[in-house]
Amino acid sequence: MSKYSIFSLLRNAISYHENWASAWRSPEPKKEYDVLIVGGGGHGLATAYYLAKEHGITNVAVLEKGWIGGGNTGRNTTIVRSNYLWDESAHLYEKSMQLWEGLSQDLNYNVMFSQRGVYNLGHNLQDMRDIQRRVNANRLNGIDGQVVMPEEIKRAIPEINIDQGCRYPILGASFQPRGGVARHDAVAWGFARGADMRGVDIIQNCEVTAIKQKNGAVTGVETTRGTINAKKIGVVVAGHCSVLAEMAGFRMPIESHPLQALVSEPIKPVINTVIMSNAVHGYISQSDKGDLVIGAGIDSYNGYGQRGSFPTIEHTVAAIVEMFPIFKRVRMNRQWGGIVDTTPDACPIIGNTPINGLYFNCGWGTGGFKATPGSGWVFAHNVATGEPHELNRAFALDRFVSGFLIDEHGAAGVAH
Amino acid sequence: MFLIECPWCGMRDETEFSCFGEAHIARPLETEKLSDEEWADYLFMRKNPKGAHREQWLHAAGCRRYFNAERDTVSYQISATYKIGEKPPGGSRK
Ligand SMILES: Cc1cc2nc3c(=O)[nH]c(=O)nc-3n(C[C@H](O)[C@H](O)[C@H](O)COP(=O)(O)OP(=O)(O)OC[C@H]3O[C@@H](n4cnc5c(N)ncnc54)[C@H](O)[C@@H]3O)c2cc1C
Ligand SMILES: [Zn+2]
Repeated sequence: MSKYSIFSLLRNAISYHENWASAWRSPEPKKEYDVLIVGGGGHGLATAYYLAKEHGITNVAVLEKGWIGGGNTGRNTTIVRSNYLWDESAHLYEKSMQLWEGLSQDLNYNVMFSQRGVYNLGHNLQDMRDIQRRVNANRLNGIDGQVVMPEEIKRAIPEINIDQGCRYPILGASFQPRGGVARHDAVAWGFARGADMRGVDIIQNCEVTAIKQKNGAVTGVETTRGTINAKKIGVVVAGHCSVLAEMAGFRMPIESHPLQALVSEPIKPVINTVIMSNAVHGYISQSDKGDLVIGAGIDSYNGYGQRGSFPTIEHTVAAIVEMFPIFKRVRMNRQWGGIVDTTPDACPIIGNTPINGLYFNCGWGTGGFKATPGSGWVFAHNVATGEPHELNRAFALDRFVSGFLIDEHGAAGVAH
Repeated sequence: MFLIECPWCGMRDETEFSCFGEAHIARPLETEKLSDEEWADYLFMRKNPKGAHREQWLHAAGCRRYFNAERDTVSYQISATYKIGEKPPGGSRK
C-alpha cells in the first residue's frame, strides 16, 4: 500500500488517475481470527485500527453486513465537539478531540477535520444558566469554551436572527472554538485503509446472524458468509446492538430510534461555523460543496427503518427558518435517516458483557460521530486487555445496576 | 405519514399522538425484595425488537387517553391498536 503524498499524486496524474490502488483489500474471510469486530462503521473500523496500531493485534477481521460507513457513520451531520458537562464524558470526548486534531496525519488520509467552532444556542434563562454551568465545568476540565451574547453571535454569523420578539429568542450561546466538522466517509475509509495496511481483514456484505458460546465464553459467530471463530468479539453495531445482545442472550437498556438529516441545494458560502439548538431541535452547518447540512430530532417511536417521519422534518425546518429567515426559500435536495441507539442517560455503553470475551461498544445515540477516534481507542484497549481503560470504566453496562448513571441529557442536550 | 387508529376516536393523524415505548411492562410486586439486577431489568432493560413490537401510545392532542399498539419497527406498519387492559389481538408473545 503506497503512502499518499504530493509525489504519489504527481505519479498518478501521469496515468490520468486511472491506476490508483484500492485503499483496502477485500479478502475472503479466514476460518479463525484473534479478534472479530462486528460492525464496519467508524467506531468498529477505528477499534480495528487501534488494535493493530496500539496493541499489535493484527489478526483481526471487521465484519460489516452492508458496506463500511453505510450506517450512522455515513448518515450523520458530522458535528465534532467535546464540551460535555460531566467529568466522565468530558474526558472521553476530549480524548477524541485530541485524536481528531492529529488524525489526518496519523492516518495519512485527509479526513477534512475543520475546527470552525460550534455554537450551542440558549433560548431561555434556564438554558443560559445551564450553558454557563457547562462552560465553567468545561474550563475546569481544560476544555475550551466561552459564553457569548447575542450581539457577539450576530457579529460572527450575520445572517442569524437575534430578534428578541420571536417564539424562541436567542439569549446567548456556548461557543467551543476547537469544535467543528469532519468528512464522515473519509473517516470510515481512512480508518479502514489504516487497519488494512496493518493486516486487518475488512469483510463487507457479511452479516452476523448468531454468536456462538461455550461455558460462558464466546467462540465465534455465524455469518451470511459462513462460520468464523474467535475468542474475542467486539460488537459495534449502533442501532442494532439490542439485536446482537439478544443473539448473545442478554438484555440492553437501549431503544433504537430513527434520526433524520437533510441537505439543501448548494448555495454560496453563508455559514462558516456550526450552530446547534437543542431547544428547537435544529442544527446547521454548510458543507464545502455549499449545501446546508441540517439535522433533526429523533422520532419518538422505535424504528429500524432508516427513515423518519415528515412531521419531524417540518418541525426542524421551521426552527431553522426562525433562526435564519434568509433560508426560507432555499430548496432541500435530499433527506435520509439513520438508526440511533439511545440510552436512558444519553451516554454510551462501552466495555465487558456478561459473556467472557464478548465486548460491546454502543449507545452513542444521536451524538457518537465526534467520538469515533476516542471510542475506537478506548475500546481497542478494552478488547486487547480484557479490562476497561480509565476513560471508559464509568461507561460499563453495569452502571444501570449500580445506579451510577452519567446524566448528559440536560447539559449535553438531546442531540450531537 | 402514519394514520393511527385510537381505540376511542378512530383514525387520526400521527401528529396527534405521542409514543411511550414498550407496553406490558408490569411493575414488580414486593419491590422491597428485588435485587439491584431485577430493579435494573424493570427500570432500564428493553426488548427493542427489530420487527413486531407492542408499545404504548397517548392520544395527546385528542382524547388524551393511553392505549397499546402493535407495530412493526421496520415497516412501521401498525397491525392493531387496543385498549389498556385488553389482551393483544395477536395472542401472547414472549
Ligand atoms: C441523522 C444523524 C445525524 C447525526 N449527527 C451527528 C453529529 O452531528 N455529531 C455526532 O457526533 N454524531 C451524530 N450522529 C450520531 C453518529 O452518527 C453515531 O453515533 C455514530 O456514527 C455511530 O457510529 P458507529 O460506527 O457506532 O455506527 P454505524 O456507523 O451505524 O455502524 C454500525 C455498523 O454495524 C453494521 N451492522 C449492524 N448489524 C450487523 C450485523 N448483524 N452484522 C454485521 N454488521 C452489522 C451496520 O450495517 C453498520 O454499518 C448522527 C446520527 C444520525 C443518524
Ligand atoms: Zn383518542
